[in-house]
Amino acid sequence: MTALAPIAERVRPNLIGTIEAKDFSFWYGKKQALRNITMAIPPRAVTALIGPSGCGKSTFLRSINRLNELIPGIRHEGDLCLDGNSVFDQSLDVVALRQRVGMVFQRWNPFPKSIYENIAYGPRINGLGNQAALDEIVERSLRRAALWDEVKDRLRSSALSLSGGQQQRVCIARALANQPEVLLLDEPASALDPSSTQRIEELLYELKRELTIIIVTHNLQQAARASEFTGFFFTGELVEFGPTEQVFTSPREERTDAYITGRFG
Amino acid sequence: MIGLTYLAAILATLPLVLILVHLIAKGASSLSLAFFTHMPRPVGESGGGMANAIVGTLILIGVASLIGLPIGIGAGLHLAEKRTTPLAYTVRFLSDVLNGLPSIVIGISAWEFLVRPVGHFSALAGGVALGTMMVPLVTRTTEEMLLVVPTSLREAALALGYPKWRTSIAVVLRTALAGIATGALVAVARIAGETAPLLFTAIGNQFWSTSLREPIAALPLQIFAYATGPYDEWHRLAWAGALVLITIILIISIAARFATRSRFGAPVD
Repeated sequence: MTALAPIAERVRPNLIGTIEAKDFSFWYGKKQALRNITMAIPPRAVTALIGPSGCGKSTFLRSINRLNELIPGIRHEGDLCLDGNSVFDQSLDVVALRQRVGMVFQRWNPFPKSIYENIAYGPRINGLGNQAALDEIVERSLRRAALWDEVKDRLRSSALSLSGGQQQRVCIARALANQPEVLLLDEPASALDPSSTQRIEELLYELKRELTIIIVTHNLQQAARASEFTGFFFTGELVEFGPTEQVFTSPREERTDAYITGRFG
Repeated sequence: MIGLTYLAAILATLPLVLILVHLIAKGASSLSLAFFTHMPRPVGESGGGMANAIVGTLILIGVASLIGLPIGIGAGLHLAEKRTTPLAYTVRFLSDVLNGLPSIVIGISAWEFLVRPVGHFSALAGGVALGTMMVPLVTRTTEEMLLVVPTSLREAALALGYPKWRTSIAVVLRTALAGIATGALVAVARIAGETAPLLFTAIGNQFWSTSLREPIAALPLQIFAYATGPYDEWHRLAWAGALVLITIILIISIAARFATRSRFGAPVD
């Protein structure tokens, strides 16, 4: 177990995965994508971000792990904090940040490698070369992603040979192998069939006991089913943020009401 | 109209078929084990082979690959990563210009820089000239292969905490490796038969030599010398040499086809 120490260290009790946006604005070149977002996303819960296409919810998600930085000409104002520390802090290593904040994408993207190698990818960069420790992490991550029983006999076969839903769970297991505090999901089930979607939602319900989950979704039923908090984005603004039940049953804002009742978007 | 495209398609491949048939008819009878293992005989004696030219061609390909592959792959990686910088635009444009440069010009330049200063022809100068021809080919195929690696794979590695440079190597380069290998083999096949860059550099050698500092024999040069010579025996050997050269190139081309089949198949989109 000693080999696991470098990873386990990061799961300290004071690091519980709180995300806080403070007057956060974001630009792609001259185009403003986010306007003065202020919100505190509670730890160890599922928060859904909803809104029409182009409303900025994915931009917000990708700002948290600074994946937007790859795009030239971007800039931001305000701040985003993870457990009280700015994610833009010069002293914070973006590599370490991305290990604490895992991400799953809309289109499942396992590497063209074996299932085992996919899961072991993250821990390996932490310098974890110990075979027994790696085996343990791979098994634990696949169990947490509810995939172990389906793939335990073929860990060495290509991840690309699995079904779409299984590949997406490989991607979730791959993110979990880094022991993140926060898991970002960008429309993780939008290309999956209903039963695979249900499995992913059940999985999120299990995982929220251990980490903070933020899910961007176009599917309002999914947000209502799977999340405890919901934020409604519209044209780069956070229109409303609150407990999911309140947002869906008695929205404070007219625009939220119009969106969730299907009058636009 | 459709009928004409059938005709055009057949005409497009007809020259290759005719050349292969002709080469086999003319060259196969002169091929023997001795052709691969023996040195050229003096004029008047029959028999003999092109062992020195075959080995010389392989050495020249080796030197050219040592120069052309690392520079070409490195430059292609740079172009794919830094798509829109002024340097990338310049390199991309100059690569295309170099690609279209007549091979005789490359040969003369290699003579100017590598032969004249040292005072003698050398295998090294020939290898450099061929390597220079490989660079733009490998650069552009590497860039193209890297660009078809889905962004989602790159993002997956970055989101796992991989540093940018390590993502480029571990994920992007590895995923594109089969395609890059194909491009490299195509470039090798392309330069293997080049004659003009060698005329002023490797120049050819009637004797056995594997030294990089000495003139070296090469199949295209030997074919040129024998085909333009006055003896029937030389003409026979030239046909056999041409058959061997085209076989080497065909084998490399077929290998390039197989290299495209990677173990886990094509990456997902």
